Amino acid sequence: MSLQPQANNQGGRPVYIVDGARTPFIKARGKPGPFTPVDLAVQAGRPLLLRQPVAAEHFNRVILGCVNVIAAEMNPARIAALRLGLGETMPAFTMQINCGSGMQSIETAFRYIREGNDDLILAGGAEALSHAPLILQDEATKWLAELGQARSVPAKLKHLMKLKPAYLKPEISLKKGLTDPVVELNMGQTAEVVANLFNISRREADEYAVRSHLRLAEAQKAGWLDNEVMPMVADDGSVYSLDDGVRPDSSVEHLAKLKPVFERPYGKVTAGNSSQITDGASWVILASEEAVNKYNLKPKAVIRDSEWSGLEPEIMGLGPAVSAGRLALRNQLSLDDIDLLELNEAFAAQVLGCLAAWNDKDFCQSIFGIDHVLGEFDQDRLNIDGGAVSLGHPVGTSGNRIVLHLVNALERKGLKRGIATQCIGGGQAGAMLIEML
Amino acid sequence: MNGLVLKTLSDRAKAIGPFTNASSDATNPWQHWQLRIADDGVAWLMFDCADADVNVLSQAALEELNEVVMALESDKPKALVLRSAKANSFCVGADIKEFRQIDTIDAARDKLHAAHAVANRFAALPFTKVAVVHGHCFGGGLELALVCDYRIGVFGASFGFPEILLGLHPGLGGTGRSVKLIDPVEAMTMMLTGKTVRDKRAKSLGLINALVPERHVYGAIDAAIAGKLKHKQPGFKSKLMNTGPARNFIAKKMREKAAAKAPPQHYPAPGKLVDLWQSADGNPEQMLAAEVDSFSELLLTDTSRNLVRVFFLQEKMKKLASSVEGVTKATHVHVIGAGAMGGDIAGWCALQGLTVTLFDMKAEIIGKAVARTAALCDKKRMGAADKRAVLDRLIPDLTHDGARHADIVIEAVPEKIDIKRQVYNQVEPLLKPGAILATNTSSIPLDELQQELQDPSRLVGLHFFNPVSQMQLLEIVRHNKLGDDTYQKALAFAGQIKRLPTPVTGTPGFLVNRALTPYLLEAMVLMDEGIAPETIDRAATKFGMPMGPVELADVVGLDICMGVAEMLGSGLNQPMPTVPKWLADKVAKGDLGKKTGKGLYVWEKGKPKKADNTTSGPDNLTDRLLMPMLNMCMACLREGVIEDADLLDGAMIFGTGFAPFRGGPMHYSQNRGYGDVKATLEQLAQQHGERYTPDPGWSKEE
Repeated sequence: MSLQPQANNQGGRPVYIVDGARTPFIKARGKPGPFTPVDLAVQAGRPLLLRQPVAAEHFNRVILGCVNVIAAEMNPARIAALRLGLGETMPAFTMQINCGSGMQSIETAFRYIREGNDDLILAGGAEALSHAPLILQDEATKWLAELGQARSVPAKLKHLMKLKPAYLKPEISLKKGLTDPVVELNMGQTAEVVANLFNISRREADEYAVRSHLRLAEAQKAGWLDNEVMPMVADDGSVYSLDDGVRPDSSVEHLAKLKPVFERPYGKVTAGNSSQITDGASWVILASEEAVNKYNLKPKAVIRDSEWSGLEPEIMGLGPAVSAGRLALRNQLSLDDIDLLELNEAFAAQVLGCLAAWNDKDFCQSIFGIDHVLGEFDQDRLNIDGGAVSLGHPVGTSGNRIVLHLVNALERKGLKRGIATQCIGGGQAGAMLIEML
Repeated sequence: MNGLVLKTLSDRAKAIGPFTNASSDATNPWQHWQLRIADDGVAWLMFDCADADVNVLSQAALEELNEVVMALESDKPKALVLRSAKANSFCVGADIKEFRQIDTIDAARDKLHAAHAVANRFAALPFTKVAVVHGHCFGGGLELALVCDYRIGVFGASFGFPEILLGLHPGLGGTGRSVKLIDPVEAMTMMLTGKTVRDKRAKSLGLINALVPERHVYGAIDAAIAGKLKHKQPGFKSKLMNTGPARNFIAKKMREKAAAKAPPQHYPAPGKLVDLWQSADGNPEQMLAAEVDSFSELLLTDTSRNLVRVFFLQEKMKKLASSVEGVTKATHVHVIGAGAMGGDIAGWCALQGLTVTLFDMKAEIIGKAVARTAALCDKKRMGAADKRAVLDRLIPDLTHDGARHADIVIEAVPEKIDIKRQVYNQVEPLLKPGAILATNTSSIPLDELQQELQDPSRLVGLHFFNPVSQMQLLEIVRHNKLGDDTYQKALAFAGQIKRLPTPVTGTPGFLVNRALTPYLLEAMVLMDEGIAPETIDRAATKFGMPMGPVELADVVGLDICMGVAEMLGSGLNQPMPTVPKWLADKVAKGDLGKKTGKGLYVWEKGKPKKADNTTSGPDNLTDRLLMPMLNMCMACLREGVIEDADLLDGAMIFGTGFAPFRGGPMHYSQNRGYGDVKATLEQLAQQHGERYTPDPGWSKEE
């Protein structure tokens, strides 16, 4: 297998990231949460739009990533646009590239603006994994359809007799969605594959997970997320203001007690060192130079380049190493030139696998065609305020969140350049290079 | 939302038959009706009152209708479609102005007999008559629709018999025709409560034969003319009602229920309506005939006269808002402070279609306001999408980002001048040009509040009453630097959110609280004299107040009452009872009334626990309570706190529920005679102290 030729991303108009905001990420607790994907998008979008100097109707387009669209919200982007008061004439579409959807929306907006079509776009991601439906098995659906066709009472009764207890057991769509149908591996199992290939230990994965929690807890406490995370209010008046999956008391000793969830009894991937299943939404506002001048916007960053790539589904977790690596090389950047890296924490083992790959001669030679390794990436510059292990991974949202947070983290630290990247179930990855102004 | 495309096309939607062809009808002999025959031989009669936005069934319109009916008798069409040419309604009822000009029973009878003759003649036309109803269809409008053979409701149509709210019952055949058409108990309930019946409910009651969106009106008309529209068949219950014993039993129940809401000694109409039904003996035609006398008698009662007057007071207040010109509608309101008042003001504004940002320091307090708004939507039986839209428009704001977008900022923070000034310092620089700054203060003089503002001309008081969603009054509070454009915007805003504006000066207590406080304090003096709170409250409700002063103090909150009373005591140069020490003790203890479950009464499940005592108290109990209020109203009028006695009456009725059938405190005083009020006050002053000293206004006025 050889990789696709590299895209030419040079030229075109500059594209700025002006602002962004997200909801707190709310842990799914076994039943539908208080917000649908569009509810979440509205909760994050309202305060974001409110703090802009530009009126809502001046946006050209709304793009929203969402993987698990619920039946009552087909094309959530459009519904969100209407509910946010952006007007009936606003074009809006929803994107789905699984775990990369929220970044794909930014990337698509980036292209619309760069090529001169649009000047101002609201690009986001929204996901309510707690609303993922229970679905009937095909057998049971067939039985129900035939019951509907039975005309006479005896025929109905006869058909009723054919009901098997197993029909009453629904399938959990989320579980299905997290299993790759081509290689028949659950996402957690793909992390086991990566851990094995790069010899990542259980302890290393647990240590990484603890750090994620502690970093998020510190960021919350210090108020570093205040401008990013907008409190949500449910119809019953409940307020959600913090990412509630965080465990400030997390410890390696505690995590060591957990049993592997995907491959018992010898696996290394546990619930404690995997990302959490959560609900959340995130938006980023992108603007052209014209829009910045016209509406007196204060851009924070410029998008330099982006890269999408594919690899084998069973090692999907290594995708960021491929995408971000190629992005760095194409832009003549060494790992040291990347001030901060946001690498979505689908699984701790997979994050560590990506770092190991950059320091692996075989990998670098075969994937990048270079005869040296990219090197060791200093973990002090990686996911500095925690990641999906501690705050959760609403799949369609995460890609958007890491771009947003990368900008905010670079701003806070007074740094220049960063890459946001995420692995994508099915064997892909996306990466985006950002520079502060 | 811009609604660009649909707005361009929406004029095409309405089914107007032969009137689709826009050529003007130069030969139309009528002012209020237009008649045309379509190619298929069906006549279309459009109700279109000259020079008005809505149709009313005036004397002139009825006389013309008689001519229309004669024309239809001589030149019979295949069928008739009756529709309103107005944008938003079918017909809102009779012309109430005309009611006021009738001063004898005979004149009333003559007018009604003539009207009945037109209706009966219309009903007798020998072809199918179909009413197509969109929007409001009330009172006389509904009675007109009832003389047709079929009624087609367009989505959003609403129906009702509001006559009872004017101390009347239907008078154009509505009583007999409604009990004949639908379940008599449902028909009686509509007439006894005056409540509006929405489209779907009207269909299920059988009031309309079909309910369709505008685009299927033609289809429904064709079906009606072809005889394919069904009438709802009377159920077993309706048949049972035609038996005497059942009717007598139900009539008794109806009387009891009506009496609980409106005491028959003050409100005779419900009783007369039940009589009408009961004595008609299951024969709607008989009821129809007896309706004329009954209505005519009611029309001349003081109760009806006063309620009609209240209706016009309401119109006058509405007009203060609607006559404002050159003010663009507000689209965004920023409310500061999400407590009981601020939160409910924000929720109400969101319900009225405005974008609302609700600021508070704590998200949890905003959360409670959101929950209350959600509950209000449920109470109003809003659909899921409408409720969603209301809650989407109500935006929590922890940073005042909304202030920059707002056309109007409403401050509803605690009643401390320092806190309010701090808020103004923070928010005033954020206001966009032309935005106004309103305060919901109930006790701080606006002349003090405006002092540190950069631009005091844009400050105005918007004093809402609790509960915001029920109390229609909105005091528009002036001050000496108020800008006229700010004032005009405030009036227009009141209209936009369906509240009744009343301009008042920014003097302590403005109007309503100032007039109410001596009344509440007097109740406490009476309690100190050993009279039971139940006895005091009963005297007030017997007079016609919706609740007694003791209960009212608990509902308002003893802390608030005490605050206002102390502020008035120090701010006004008028003798008033001092706040009793035991009240201060209660407030200090946290027994604040309904909101804490304990105040002057103990409250359970939102109701006060009252002892079952039957003592009636001293003979002059009612006057002892009432006179301090009347006296203060006169002081306000004399000082110019409010422009005139009409507005004062309107404010007291819509702000405090002052017995509406008495027409308001000044109207009541006038009926009683200013001399008598003055003499009563003088006598009370001798017995109980100088706080009863009559205001000089009693001698000058009248």
